[in-house]
Amino acid sequence: MSAPLVRARGIAHAFGAAPVLRGVDLELAPGRLVAVAGPNGAGKTTLLRALSGVLRTDAGAVELGGRPLAELSRREIAQCLAVVPQDSAMPFPFSVREMVALGRAPFLGPLGRESAEDAARTAAALAALDLAPLAARAYPTLSGGEKRRVLLARALAQGVDAWLLDEPTAHMDLGHGLSCFGFLREWLAADPARGIALVTHDLVLAARFADELVLLAHGEVAARGAPAEVLTAERIAAVYGVEARVDRDADGRLLLSPLRALR
Amino acid sequence: MSGGARARVLVALALLLAVAVAASLAVGSAEHATRDIVLGIRLPRAVLAALVGAGLATSGALLQALLQNPLADPYVLGISGGAALGGVLALALGGGLWLGGAGVPVVAFAGALAASLLLYALAAAAGRAPAHSLLLTGVVFNAFASSLIVFATSATDLARVAGVFLWLIGSIRLVEPGLLAGVAVCFALGLAVALRFAYALNLVAQGDETATHLGVDVPAVRRWVFAGTALMIGASVAVSGLIGFVGLIVPHLLRLSFGSDHRLLVPASALGGAAFLVVADTLARVVLAPTELPVGALTSLVGGPLFLLLLRRELTRLPS
Repeated sequence: MSAPLVRARGIAHAFGAAPVLRGVDLELAPGRLVAVAGPNGAGKTTLLRALSGVLRTDAGAVELGGRPLAELSRREIAQCLAVVPQDSAMPFPFSVREMVALGRAPFLGPLGRESAEDAARTAAALAALDLAPLAARAYPTLSGGEKRRVLLARALAQGVDAWLLDEPTAHMDLGHGLSCFGFLREWLAADPARGIALVTHDLVLAARFADELVLLAHGEVAARGAPAEVLTAERIAAVYGVEARVDRDADGRLLLSPLRALR
Repeated sequence: MSGGARARVLVALALLLAVAVAASLAVGSAEHATRDIVLGIRLPRAVLAALVGAGLATSGALLQALLQNPLADPYVLGISGGAALGGVLALALGGGLWLGGAGVPVVAFAGALAASLLLYALAAAAGRAPAHSLLLTGVVFNAFASSLIVFATSATDLARVAGVFLWLIGSIRLVEPGLLAGVAVCFALGLAVALRFAYALNLVAQGDETATHLGVDVPAVRRWVFAGTALMIGASVAVSGLIGFVGLIVPHLLRLSFGSDHRLLVPASALGGAAFLVVADTLARVVLAPTELPVGALTSLVGGPLFLLLLRRELTRLPS
């Protein structure tokens, strides 16, 4: 069996005196979509920043493809890991095409000269997310949903096997949320070497699309496993303080309706 | 924009600069411009204006990308103020030195570097905090530097004080050839750094974390670019004082016309800034001829309102 795309062991971190993560393990194997959920302040985003190496944590180690992340240069990391941020308040009028082309940066020389292959990958990524008609538009003038597609296209142009996403469906309506996860599953299915880890607040979509759900609470893993096993009424009450009704439909899919806050 | 299109824009800007220099050689207060006036006075002055304009505009473009803030400018951020403070302290303490003396550029560079380091420390600590706090730091640092400048000038004799205040408004004046060459070297080094990191700045402009995720060693880029801008700004301030807003106006206009790709924006800012300040200095010489205006008064006249316009746009764009 090949090495996991990302493996984190014993990640612990505190901002000042307040511990944010306390010994979290996470493994992203090829072919898997791992969702990390949990209440606000549970440490989800901090975990994501630890996985991508932008946050040097107090304790714990991250490996990318079996190699310790701490020993890799930023360029080497970017050559195997793509990070899709929640949004970007970038103020400059870069065109959509320029934004997507930046995904090729980890493979270019210092002066940023793009080869025909780089241009082709950028064009393919634009087409895959229906951005070709917007290619010349200035990024800051786009709607929130369009910006999200640009950031996904940038990861696609990067052409690496491991993706980390920070709340990919935040502020998306039902339809866009579904098609976003549909896109991620399609991307995953196209090559068995690929894997996705993402942070989300949307338990319903996570239950529907994730292979594994990691539930964080107070900086620790409260539960992990198949979403249908993790999301029980008792656990939702314990982690979120919410009384919820959890059912299955005829196909065994999870149905979740929050009823009331318990605290 | 393709490589060919970028080259065409740069050629057009180079032609614009050539026309601006030709115009500045052709006009002036002398009724019959002799060869000596044109080659001995107007040409070195045009060259100096071009170097200073290029240095300030390029620095503005670099700082805007580095701080992810379209309002960044050497003057607004207080880096020019730091350079001026260094220059004035050199004058006050050095006694025999005068504006344009060899010690002033060195100390002005040190002042620019010190102000940059202050910004650098703040930018590094700020993380994902709004970059506007850096502008506030610049305002505060400028006020602080001004008060120290007043103290320093009060310690020197009165004849000098008048000269210092003219210098603080910012004007292009004749300097000795050796100093002109020194400025040219500083600027060439700064521009080399700028061109080397132009593509990385496309990524840094997206935010430090995104740039990091795309393989950029952000602290290294920040160190080099702050050093390069301090070199260009220090040299500019040492010879011409505080000429404000060139770094704001020129990159802004170029971005509106040609987009944000720094592989074009950086060299275009150098050429455009040179042309802009040559034209501004020519206007400063002729609008109230035979009296000369300090060119810094002209650039601030245009730059102040533009700054407010950009600030308003920024404030309406950002949610909080």
